[in-house]
Amino acid sequence: MTDRFNLYRFASPATFYPLAGTLIPYFAAIAAVFGIAGLYVGMLVAPTDFQQGEGYRIIFIHVPASWLSMFIYLVMAGWAAIGLAFNTRLSGMMAQALAPTGALMAFLSLWTGALWGKPMWGTWWVWDARLTSELILLFLYIGYMALTAAIDDARRADKAGGLLLLVGVVNVPIIYFSVKWWNTLHQGSSVNLTKSSMAETMLWGMLLMAMCFWMYSIAVALMRVRTIMLERERHTDWVKAILAGGEQ
Amino acid sequence: MLNIVAAVAGRDLKLAMRRQADIVSALFFFVIVVSLFPLGIGPEPDLLRKLAPGVLWVAALLATMLSLPRLFADDHRDGTLEQLALAPHPLGLVVTGKVIAHWLVSGLPLALIAPVLGIQFDLSTDALLVLTGAILLGTPALSGIGAIGAALTLGLRGGGVLLSLLVLPLYIPVLIFGAGAVDATVSGLGGEGHLSLLAAMTCASIGFAPWAAAAALKIALE
Amino acid sequence: MLEADNLECVRGERRLFAGLGFRLEAGELLYLQGRNGAGKTSLLRMIIGLLPPETGEIRWKGEPIRRAGESFRADLCYLGHLNAIKEELTPLENLLAAARLAGEDLSEDDALDALEQVGLAGREDLACKYLSQGQKRRVALARLVKERRPLWVLDEPFVALDVAAVDWLAGLISAHLQRGGLAVMTTHQRVDIPAGTIRELRLS
Repeated sequence: MTDRFNLYRFASPATFYPLAGTLIPYFAAIAAVFGIAGLYVGMLVAPTDFQQGEGYRIIFIHVPASWLSMFIYLVMAGWAAIGLAFNTRLSGMMAQALAPTGALMAFLSLWTGALWGKPMWGTWWVWDARLTSELILLFLYIGYMALTAAIDDARRADKAGGLLLLVGVVNVPIIYFSVKWWNTLHQGSSVNLTKSSMAETMLWGMLLMAMCFWMYSIAVALMRVRTIMLERERHTDWVKAILAGGEQ
Repeated sequence: MLNIVAAVAGRDLKLAMRRQADIVSALFFFVIVVSLFPLGIGPEPDLLRKLAPGVLWVAALLATMLSLPRLFADDHRDGTLEQLALAPHPLGLVVTGKVIAHWLVSGLPLALIAPVLGIQFDLSTDALLVLTGAILLGTPALSGIGAIGAALTLGLRGGGVLLSLLVLPLYIPVLIFGAGAVDATVSGLGGEGHLSLLAAMTCASIGFAPWAAAAALKIALE
Repeated sequence: MLEADNLECVRGERRLFAGLGFRLEAGELLYLQGRNGAGKTSLLRMIIGLLPPETGEIRWKGEPIRRAGESFRADLCYLGHLNAIKEELTPLENLLAAARLAGEDLSEDDALDALEQVGLAGREDLACKYLSQGQKRRVALARLVKERRPLWVLDEPFVALDVAAVDWLAGLISAHLQRGGLAVMTTHQRVDIPAGTIRELRLS
């Protein structure tokens, strides 16, 4: 029983490394296909919005980035839960590999939100409930990355980071609802970013772009997890063999 | 079970009483930060009244943060934390005791002095009462959530700054409802709803946070 | 009573030891030896359950200590290289607080008696920050005087003690073993402890 468990724990990165290497090109290719299709639908097929003109087309980046930023945080928390429950080493590495992409998505969402806001409402930033929550989500990503970076021992970094993710994921809904409540209470700019009566092609464009971002995130996370594995397991035989062979 | 909570809280309080300078400096930090705002934004009573809830609450968050890094660090440095982890009780109860003691020396004094500072901001009597109540109800949640951050950053380089990065985003709901309670009272809407939500958050975090902090401490002690 | 099988310890990137095991019965003493960095303290921390071993298992009375949890910790007394005393408290307060936190009943008379045995009579009410290093160590050791829990785990207990104190501590450990207790300890200096069975484990 214990032997099998060990075998699993030790074999995991060694078998996952080549598997990830094989998968990366596929995910990258799928991301490119979805990206081209999404941009085509978004830029050329989707009709010009009668209120917002061409400027609205930034939603084809903004909305998928927001979705992904939230989704990736959930995925990281899922990995953290698996890691803490089963003490698997891959989980912590996956969570750490995903974090920069999640933070990038949150940042992208804020940035494109600002770019969109300027022509639409004449200001770069409004304390809209969604934008505010997105900002707090970015803070949570930064906190996670800062914590794991500050801990030298990789195992402790995984566990402590995992615990923070779980605490964070419990708090995210509370934070979201309190921000929303705060927003309605102050009756500030309650601007709805994804406005009603969307043309069907717009929805398709956004879905295609979301798929593109999703596949991109997987590809990038797999690349990053391979690097983390090499770094952490550099004293093991399988990494030495790879490095000696000079192959990827 | 309550025995161990009381024993830990009692010991921490005794230690705090022999180091009163720490309590007093956190309290003065609160007073000074709050007093800086009128100097920065001008003495106009209407404006101050509007800003008071937010200013007082943000200052309260920062003042609580000051003492958090030492919540476990002292015990860690002299080996007491190991002994606590080896005691035949769940570590979560030990942390509960420490959180209670932390609130008594860092949260409670803030609530007691807040009305005085509120007067500086020209708050009405009602608003002052609600402010005190909100700080009384909200600060235990700050101590609880803060304990998780303190345990996660135990013994790390730049632990204090890192601690604020981790904990301040999690403080946001308390800030919103704490300041909201006073705001609602000032604008005549009544702050009861906010206060009961604050109480709910405090109950939840006193119940759950010590166990999360205990798990983080075990990771730090490995 | 205390058994360990196939223990492996990895710290950072280094494997400190692997395939390590031992058995210890009532009244027996286990010496851990090895040069600095060989993993003595890590092994002690595994035995007290703070550090989970990479592989292998430690059992107390036949039950894995991870699972036994509180019932194992109720039988365990650990003395680390840190004194675990509070500078602001007096030796007496320290002793009483430590006992209370460990869930033990220690009367004030017993505590005073223990402090007298370690040569701190007359210093009971002086805050520990005014004591010398050696005296602080004695406050930490005073915990052992009335300690009746069966498993003692001691990390370098003889360090920084004078000859008389070394003899006194050796006698204390010996009495503990004769009562049927177990002890695991690391030490650099060889101290003669009159006891039934002394086992040695060398980490290399």
